[in-house]
Amino acid sequence: MILDVKGLNVDYISAAGAVRAVNDVSFQLRRGEILGVAGESGCGKSTLIMGLIRLLRPPAAITGGEVWLHPREGRPVDIARRTDKELRKLRWRSIAVVLQSAMDALNPVARLSAQFADVLREHGYRNVEERTAELLEMVGISPDRARSYPHEMSGGMRQRAMIALALACDPEIVVMDEPTTAVDVVMQRQILAQILELRQKLGFSVVFVTHDLSLLVELADRIAIMYGGRIVELGEAAEIYRSPKHPYTKGLRDSFPPLHAPVTRLSGIPGTPPDLRNLPHGCAFEPRCPSRFDECAQRRPELLDVGDGLAACHLHDRERTAHA
Amino acid sequence: MKQGKGRFLTRRVAFYVATAWSAITLNFLIPRLMPGDPTSVIVRQLQKQSGESIPPEAVEAIQKLFGDPRAGLLQQYWDYLGSVARLDFGLSISRFPTPVGELLGAGLPWTLLLVGTTTLLAFAIGTGLGIAAGWKPGGRLDGFLSPLSTFLSALPYFWVALIALYVFGLVLGWFPLGGGYDPDLYGRPGFLGSVLEHLVMPAATIVFSAFGGWLLGMRNMMITTVSEDYVLLGKAKGLSSGRVMFRYAARNALLPSVTGFAMAIGGVLGGALLTEIVFSYPGIGYLLYDAVSKRDYPLMQGVFLLTTLTVLLANFVADSVYVMIDPRTREAGR
Repeated sequence: MILDVKGLNVDYISAAGAVRAVNDVSFQLRRGEILGVAGESGCGKSTLIMGLIRLLRPPAAITGGEVWLHPREGRPVDIARRTDKELRKLRWRSIAVVLQSAMDALNPVARLSAQFADVLREHGYRNVEERTAELLEMVGISPDRARSYPHEMSGGMRQRAMIALALACDPEIVVMDEPTTAVDVVMQRQILAQILELRQKLGFSVVFVTHDLSLLVELADRIAIMYGGRIVELGEAAEIYRSPKHPYTKGLRDSFPPLHAPVTRLSGIPGTPPDLRNLPHGCAFEPRCPSRFDECAQRRPELLDVGDGLAACHLHDRERTAHA
Repeated sequence: MKQGKGRFLTRRVAFYVATAWSAITLNFLIPRLMPGDPTSVIVRQLQKQSGESIPPEAVEAIQKLFGDPRAGLLQQYWDYLGSVARLDFGLSISRFPTPVGELLGAGLPWTLLLVGTTTLLAFAIGTGLGIAAGWKPGGRLDGFLSPLSTFLSALPYFWVALIALYVFGLVLGWFPLGGGYDPDLYGRPGFLGSVLEHLVMPAATIVFSAFGGWLLGMRNMMITTVSEDYVLLGKAKGLSSGRVMFRYAARNALLPSVTGFAMAIGGVLGGALLTEIVFSYPGIGYLLYDAVSKRDYPLMQGVFLLTTLTVLLANFVADSVYVMIDPRTREAGR
């Protein structure tokens, strides 16, 4: 295990009061594992990973919980409780990040080489140029492109350069926030294949956030589904895709065309994502749920073991009582 | 890439040569489009002063001075271009027979000293504080500096200058009331000291009124830039906050300010008008004020031409610097 998240809360704090965007989220990330996090816009998935790496911008702030990092060397640290200064040494060495749009994430006025060099030097690398060339070759970019500025590269090349940059200091965890959303489908497949290959070679763990569940099935070992700031289902990727335990997961699965199987009928999820300022009293998905019943509006279901995976849904209470 | 750069430069140079030519031509045409002619104005003035009629020989001499009004416009234009090329701007009327070129040459160092240094200083102070204020918007520093800058920017310059002159010059007597140096010390050991002493008040008032504008501009750009993803990534990389602040945030936020700074440098000659009048500072601005009030056309023309050319030169430098500091603009030049 490399990362142990316990009861993490992230609030957006305003004069009108706090809005909880990430609510009591707990999960563990294993070494070398790719964990996918999926959900609609506003479900808290991006806020969650920004919280994990302590890059939240005000007014967002961690208001509770623990994020234990178990690094290769040294004692475990609770990222949620370290000061910014203490975190600096861990950043990029232990946890690196790939952001959604490489165009926005690369400094527009600096050459690629400079953007590799500053982080390598910061973390004590000496052979900066060779290392940069090596990293670029790893993602299939010719090392002489190191002299390019971000605007001189294509979108796909920029995104691959971002991945190379993330791997600069041989991190243990790479957090990826929709890294393939801004590129075309062909490039998307190439990048996914590259991530899998590099993970095989270098052994880092990945937390991969996307709204595209069918993409995650191809990539992730396990998948966490988020709704209204909480994890509502967590399980093996194939299992989640084949037999989703939560009606929301099922809805999400059926709203994207599968990457490999022939396209059948797509059905969206009716209604809109919940208003975090005013969540339903019971299950947050209840107003949109096709399988809801009385219980759902009254009591919020806990995230419990349902055999192969975790799910927060009252449908499984019935099964449990039936079995007992 | 190299070829692109070369072509870009050639195109810019050609553009500026064309602009300079039209400025010179306008400078030639505008006074000639005005009703009346300088000769009759001066003859009338002299008549009023002396109360006698001016002898025809004198009128002819004055006409000769301004060029023959009966000569064709094209011939005049040609002569004018020739004299501009030789940096010969004619003779001043108000300080006859000093050549205009000489007057400009005497005023230029003073203006460059005063306005050049203060523009640089105001930019450096304002931008530096703007970076600090915009890095943590709503922080303590920002909460103090931003309202202060808004207040300072709202004060009219001439008012600030007059108050300063009254308080520090007249009441307290700390600084001289006007001029650029003490004439008694000219060429003597204490001269440099007296120049500095005379510089303090005009310089301080300019910096005082100007830095707030730079501060606000830089602060606002900083706030936008700080929320960019590349600044977030800089932090994620574990770089020191100073490095992220300067190399990632400020380096990008500075780009619009550079254009503004070049415009300000271009406006150095014209912008000093008010300061130089209030403090009777012997620069180009004071020269222009003098020329206008005494209807010294050749001197006015000389000052206008010099000002125009400075603006052009500054713009050219700004363009070139911008291409150097923002790699994205190189594309546009191709």
